[in-house]
Amino acid sequence: MDTKKFIARHVVDLPKSGIRDFFEIVAKMKDVISLGIGEPDFRTPWHIREAGIYALEKGKTHYTSNLGLIELRRSIAKYVGKNFSVAYRPEDEILVTVGVSEAIDLACRALINPGDKVMFHQPCYVSYHPSVTLTHGIGIPVPTYAKDNFALTAEALIAAWQPGTKLLMLNLPCNPTGGTCSREQLQAIARFAIEKDLIVLSDEIYSELTFDGEHVSIASLPGMKERTIFLHGFSKAFAMTGWRIGFGCGPADLIEAMMKVHQYSMMCASIIAQEAAIEALERGEDAMKQMRDQYHRRRDFIVRRFNEIGLKCHMPRGSFYTFPDVTSTGMAEKDFAVGLLQAERVAVVPGKAFGENGAGFVRACFATSYEQLIVATDRIERYVASLKK
Amino acid sequence: MNSVLKLLLEGGRLSTAEMAKVAGLTEAEVNQRLEQLKKEKIFLGWRPVLDLSREAAAAVAVRALIEVRITPERGGGFNRLAERVSRFDEVESCYLVSGGYDLLLVVNGSSLQKVASFVSEKLSTLEGVLSTSTHFMLRSYKEGGYQIETEVEDNDRLKVSP
Repeated sequence: MDTKKFIARHVVDLPKSGIRDFFEIVAKMKDVISLGIGEPDFRTPWHIREAGIYALEKGKTHYTSNLGLIELRRSIAKYVGKNFSVAYRPEDEILVTVGVSEAIDLACRALINPGDKVMFHQPCYVSYHPSVTLTHGIGIPVPTYAKDNFALTAEALIAAWQPGTKLLMLNLPCNPTGGTCSREQLQAIARFAIEKDLIVLSDEIYSELTFDGEHVSIASLPGMKERTIFLHGFSKAFAMTGWRIGFGCGPADLIEAMMKVHQYSMMCASIIAQEAAIEALERGEDAMKQMRDQYHRRRDFIVRRFNEIGLKCHMPRGSFYTFPDVTSTGMAEKDFAVGLLQAERVAVVPGKAFGENGAGFVRACFATSYEQLIVATDRIERYVASLKK
Repeated sequence: MNSVLKLLLEGGRLSTAEMAKVAGLTEAEVNQRLEQLKKEKIFLGWRPVLDLSREAAAAVAVRALIEVRITPERGGGFNRLAERVSRFDEVESCYLVSGGYDLLLVVNGSSLQKVASFVSEKLSTLEGVLSTSTHFMLRSYKEGGYQIETEVEDNDRLKVSP
């Protein structure tokens, strides 16, 4: 029986993730040092894990409110108010989700009518374009460039804009480039969003991992709170990827619409993860800062090494990714990545996995121990030298 | 802060050669900074962190925590006597603490007998020592920041993820 014919057309048409392809190759190999991982190497700090255990012991095993535990929403309101300078009401402007990924999906499903256009900067996180496609929207990638340290510029937005655009998705600091925007650049983007009457979906999952200067949330700029859905989570800053816990904050009408979809699909995020998340927000700052300081030193090391090796690499202002340019080797990024893996057993992710604008680059994650980073960069150096012969 | 000191504080697992690479220095420069820290008496020295229950590490077979009450002196307070106590080789660490006693000592010895005789002959006979209370350590669960004998947690991250 041909089971394939039952699959919905828009799912058939959805391209397979480039990451998935590469994972298949790497998974078959032994002794690989992987710089291809998109999550912290740190485990969740013990006091946060312990809060999860305690919640289980106390019999916290039931559904929570669709919006999430009110205690958690209060903690979120306090945390976001203090660190992002935006005030949200815990009662109706905050929705707890199963990671930021679910929040992105909810926002797309709640806001996009078939044919609506959605702008996002590219290279970008792998799920942005598919989230738009799955909700029958039309994605408009807006390129960012190494010469701008992969900051999104208003000029690029203006050039790419098309009538019928409803949403602008931002991810700053950005996976995979580590790109961020200055306050002035964000102000220009905000003016563009207001002029074109767009809703901004701002995924700020890497905000705590900003190494140089301040992190500014676009939601905090004048006139933007009312048209921004602020998305954040615990995975990166608190090393909680496997807990699957995040949240969205925004105008009550939009949060209500997202909650409607959420209640019929997910119902609520895991109560254990929600309990642990309260601990993270209330008492996790010190552990988070320690991790951030280590990432900072690792970033300085790996960027210096890439440039020494001859792979031009900009200094990412945030996130735990570097995005070196491999065009100097004369190879396409995928050939480079596969060659490096086979010759030296180091995995990096070809830039095109993050969209066409990632051509010529690879993503190397530095959320890995110094020892591994030292060996990995030495191997990359040997590989690049071998290409010159 | 000194970049070498920062790396030491992260757990001190790196060799000086590795620290040099990470900090972008030569190994000689790392050693120079370590020497400087030693000169300033910030960095006092290296010590191995051992699981003392293992036979190979049995040189220090017995360890005890000793609570000591002492008489403070006009002028110097607890310092003169505390320094005197801490000079004994048996004393690994010596702290002035708040609470029901004054000094907390960590004492090492190759046998129970040796620790006992240190307490009865050396420590409690010192002028100014009012009383001692000795707690022999039975088992260690965490040593210098390292968990002992708990199962090593595998790094089970996927090799490639978005």
